[in-house]
Amino acid sequence: MPDIKVTPLGAGQDVGRSCILVSIGGKNIMLDCGMHMGYNDDRRFPDFSYITQNGRLTEFLDCVIISHFHLDHCGALPYMSEMVGYDGPIYMTHPTKAICPILLEDFRKITVDKKGETNFFTSQMIKDCMKKVVPLNLHQTVQVDEELEIKAYYAGHVLGAAMVQIKVGSESVVYTGDYNMTPDRHLGAAWIDKCRPDLLISESTYATTIRDSKRCRERDFLKKVHETVERGGKVLIPVFALGRAQELCILLETFWERMNLKAPIYFSTGLTEKANHYYKLFITWTNQKIRKTFVQRNMFEFKHIKAFDRSYADNPGPMVVFATPGMLHAGQSLLIFKKWAGNEKNMVIMPGYCVQGTVGHKILNGQKKLEMEGRATLDVKLQVEYMSFSAHADAKGIMQLIRMAEPRNMLLVHGEAKKMEFLKDKIEQEFSISCYMPANGETTSIVTNPSVPVDISLNLLKREMALGGPLPDAKRPRTMHGTLIMKDNSLRLVSPEQALKELGLSEHQLRFTCRVQLHDPHSDNDTLGRIYTHLKSVLKTYSIQHVPDGTVIVESIVIKVTSSAEEPNLKVILLSWSYQTADSTATKKKKIQL
Amino acid sequence: MKLYCLSGHPTLPCNVLKFKSTTIMLDCGLDTTAALYFLPLPLVHSPRLSKLPGWVSKDGAVNLEKELKECSGRVFVDSQPEFCLPEKELLDLSTIDVILISNYHCMMALPYITEHTGFTGTVYATEPTLQIGRLLMEELVTFMERVPKAQAATCWKNKEIQRLLPGPLKDAVDVWSWRKCYSVQEVNSALSKVQLVGYSQKELFGAVQVTPLSSGYSLGSSNWIIQSHYEKVSYVSGSSLLTTHPQPMEQSSLKNSDVLILTGLTQIPTANPDGMLGEFCSNLAMTIRAGGNVLVPCYSSGVIYDLLECLYQFMDSANLGSTPFYFISPVANSSLEFSQIFAEWLCQNKQSKVYLPEPPFPHAELIQTNKLKHYPSIHGDFSSEFRQPCVVFTGHPSLRFGDVVHFMELWGKSSLNTIIFTEPDFSYLDALAPYQPLAMKCVYCPIDTRLNFHQVSKLLKDIQPLHVVCPEPYTQPPPAQPHRSDLMLELQPPPMAYRRCSVLGLPFRRRYERIHLLPELARSLVPSEIKAGVSVATVSAVLQSKDNKHVLQVSECSVHDSLGNTECLKCMIFTSELYGHILHLQTEDVLIQLEEDATHIICDNNEPLRTALRDLVLRFLQKL
Repeated sequence: MPDIKVTPLGAGQDVGRSCILVSIGGKNIMLDCGMHMGYNDDRRFPDFSYITQNGRLTEFLDCVIISHFHLDHCGALPYMSEMVGYDGPIYMTHPTKAICPILLEDFRKITVDKKGETNFFTSQMIKDCMKKVVPLNLHQTVQVDEELEIKAYYAGHVLGAAMVQIKVGSESVVYTGDYNMTPDRHLGAAWIDKCRPDLLISESTYATTIRDSKRCRERDFLKKVHETVERGGKVLIPVFALGRAQELCILLETFWERMNLKAPIYFSTGLTEKANHYYKLFITWTNQKIRKTFVQRNMFEFKHIKAFDRSYADNPGPMVVFATPGMLHAGQSLLIFKKWAGNEKNMVIMPGYCVQGTVGHKILNGQKKLEMEGRATLDVKLQVEYMSFSAHADAKGIMQLIRMAEPRNMLLVHGEAKKMEFLKDKIEQEFSISCYMPANGETTSIVTNPSVPVDISLNLLKREMALGGPLPDAKRPRTMHGTLIMKDNSLRLVSPEQALKELGLSEHQLRFTCRVQLHDPHSDNDTLGRIYTHLKSVLKTYSIQHVPDGTVIVESIVIKVTSSAEEPNLKVILLSWSYQTADSTATKKKKIQL
Repeated sequence: MKLYCLSGHPTLPCNVLKFKSTTIMLDCGLDTTAALYFLPLPLVHSPRLSKLPGWVSKDGAVNLEKELKECSGRVFVDSQPEFCLPEKELLDLSTIDVILISNYHCMMALPYITEHTGFTGTVYATEPTLQIGRLLMEELVTFMERVPKAQAATCWKNKEIQRLLPGPLKDAVDVWSWRKCYSVQEVNSALSKVQLVGYSQKELFGAVQVTPLSSGYSLGSSNWIIQSHYEKVSYVSGSSLLTTHPQPMEQSSLKNSDVLILTGLTQIPTANPDGMLGEFCSNLAMTIRAGGNVLVPCYSSGVIYDLLECLYQFMDSANLGSTPFYFISPVANSSLEFSQIFAEWLCQNKQSKVYLPEPPFPHAELIQTNKLKHYPSIHGDFSSEFRQPCVVFTGHPSLRFGDVVHFMELWGKSSLNTIIFTEPDFSYLDALAPYQPLAMKCVYCPIDTRLNFHQVSKLLKDIQPLHVVCPEPYTQPPPAQPHRSDLMLELQPPPMAYRRCSVLGLPFRRRYERIHLLPELARSLVPSEIKAGVSVATVSAVLQSKDNKHVLQVSECSVHDSLGNTECLKCMIFTSELYGHILHLQTEDVLIQLEEDATHIICDNNEPLRTALRDLVLRFLQKL
């Protein structure tokens, strides 16, 4: 029985280091290759030794696909390709290909230069790794090899985020990566056609959340920022340089404009300009509205938002600062946080999910004292707000995607086990499909039921279709008989005659002759004549011939009349037919007997 | 399978392919050369044009002085310019399921086809094709609506009258089917029917799959593969192998075509685009140095990007760095902006620029440094800001409408100025006719990057289609150069030529069709190996056909019926010693004759017995 095997190396009942292995139709695919923000040891990266204990991965993988540029989806890529060793193709969309190396380099700098770690991938490795990348366009069918094809769909989570369909023969898997089913200020909603995959692998970050309307959340956010700034406080918004940051910038920019506010807004890294430039060049990946108006007004040219300098953090008076990274686990956002944490006038707004182990996660859980390096503790007095701006599908969105794609099976990753459990039940109930949620290193097998494509000879098909009557009736099912020839990997369905001819075989004829006795005083010929007239009257739709040699032929059935000299009145009628016409013969025979 | 040819124009094709009960229109090009028969539409009142004498036949019998004007010995129609549409009578356009667009130049007739014909299908195009096509249509509409003409000339179209007119008006064909430009509403409605596709995206309609492939000619330009499992038609339209800005042409997917429809070859096979570009630059430099202005009538997208890039490098090296470039079109800004956001559709080296991130085209820098300025029209800012000598890029290349008309009137009288023709769609002599006598210099540097005959014959050798269909002009040398047999397609078998209104039967020798055995049926089959590597299984199943898709599933009839007649096949290995024997079952008076390839059962009319015997024999045969 053919099956599809799925093994998460990361993101199995967890968020972070997404890495999912899929085996389908003899092909092995790695979906995402991320890092875990919550760990600083080996657990930071997926455990590639699962694939092979020693040596390179190239011969074990047919391709690697990266869904989007977030580090928990691509952060382990240079490690995997350059340090473990993989030379095959790596697929990602153009924006991901453009932005991913920048974030990797950022990540590398923080880890190596700031934390002083060694044995980490180098800048050169990031470059070498990116050389293996093949860009993907939306909806383009990419033939990885003769059997394996992949196709990207818009996922809406961040610029360039994609869902991928993986197809081998008639078996297919869709991997969503992270996605968002509601359009936001700069991105559109995820979309997929009714592709009916055997398996849909979906993220489930917000498996149990049904988010309130986006407008409300935006109003809330603006209100909180406004209030803090009014009372002279400072607002820190930890973000990743690309993605949510741009959406919030658009939001604040328009609000500042409307309310005529003067408090400065800063963006912390030098990346801003550059980041916004990516958005301008990849405007086709943003939402309808931005795309439509970009010639008149490019939404990514901000008037109120300026570059941040480290010294500004100590400036008196209100300000709003966007700083990276988004989970307060390192870098500038953490530095600023430490400076501002002691003042209750200030506020930190966490606009996205924070993985366990990060400062972001701790303060969101209400921790008021934080242990810092060097045994120092930090009192958290500033207000901590969480706003779910991170663009993941909520439970409603996940259900909506299932309705769109109509998968035969469902598998959840990138979420917390408890929440997954809840969603799994809901999915199984609502859609009556199996739903799986393997843990890391655990393999799920899904039996597929592919139909077998066969070449049918046009003669046979046309003959069968013709038997089914004229075209309006063509949808009526008909029984067809044929011979399947399996030769050199090809499957052909032909008519039995053609098969015999092709294979140099002769058909075995099975013929029946039936004797029917009846009394009739007429001569043999007259009896036959009477049978002929009778048949003519009852079998109007058949071709009936009276042949001079003393037989009546009804299509392929031969009828003869004999009698013995002793009993001339006792006629023996010989009905002869071949097995092939058995069905119709039976009915005809019945009619004759009448 | 049939091909209906609605346009005879080789580079503005419009064909309809009937393929497996799907009706597919391939492009809908609009032949704008008809506009050449009309007087230019000036943006500001032109005393010269308004004073042209009306036309009266020599004997005075026909007086059309209101409709026709004479200029330098030629007669022009004084009316809003009209265009020649694809043929509408050859087939019912409302039956079209799909329209495939290959590039933005080949979609300009779309509103005529999708509006007011009952069309209910879908149009497929790439995103750049749609966006730039929209700009070109909007530009055309603006050109026309900016200078409304009160009258529409129709009397001259009367057959009896047209016969009496001087040439070339006398010889214009199908004049009754000419139409004036559509409206913005019609453009919007037509384009709302477009569904976007990406290169190598497989789109299915029943049993037909269509796939666009990069054709290398312009932003988002595509060739199309139209195929079922066993038939493949390639539609090649406007393709280029030169390295300009678009993504290179994808060739290998065109292999193994049964039929290849070839349109859109270069219109100037004797001109080398690189040579022309050189000539363009040197003529431009010469004029500017002499203090004259250069007018480049061009489309608002396409070669203009390459010209700007070329000049970006050339002007500094020629020491003309301070010469201003003006690009004047209602869509100039949009065209320049859009060109920068289609990285995915660009050639490798432009694509890699956005990873930096930098704009892919250098005209961004030209704009930033104020070397290139763009204006929606000559009115407004332009008139106060422009400095001479300068280079002006503006449309329309027919010189019949658009801002170019104004520059012709303004600069035509001075021999210091030069007009350089780069677009190959119009004869430059015809284009200039209503401006004669003209003092300004004329240079003809047509840049047509589409395939030439040499490239196409090499391409066809590589991809080896079984049959080629092409417009008739490609099957003979150009009329002006009857000896150049290298400027035509010579193929074996010879290409099937079409002209406007042709209907061609396409040759397919199809022997197989794709059918799917449902898993349950596939499992129930019992294959037996009859020779090394060859296995056979008999299949009796229920056939279901829907939308040209066929499925076989397990039949619910009795086992015997489903065994089917082909059991007999297995008997070839019937090596029984019983051959040639006759069995006589005396009690029942049954005779069974056994032969190598036949078994004959003769019995009384005893149905249970007969079926029992039949089953016995069948089971026996099956075992073998």
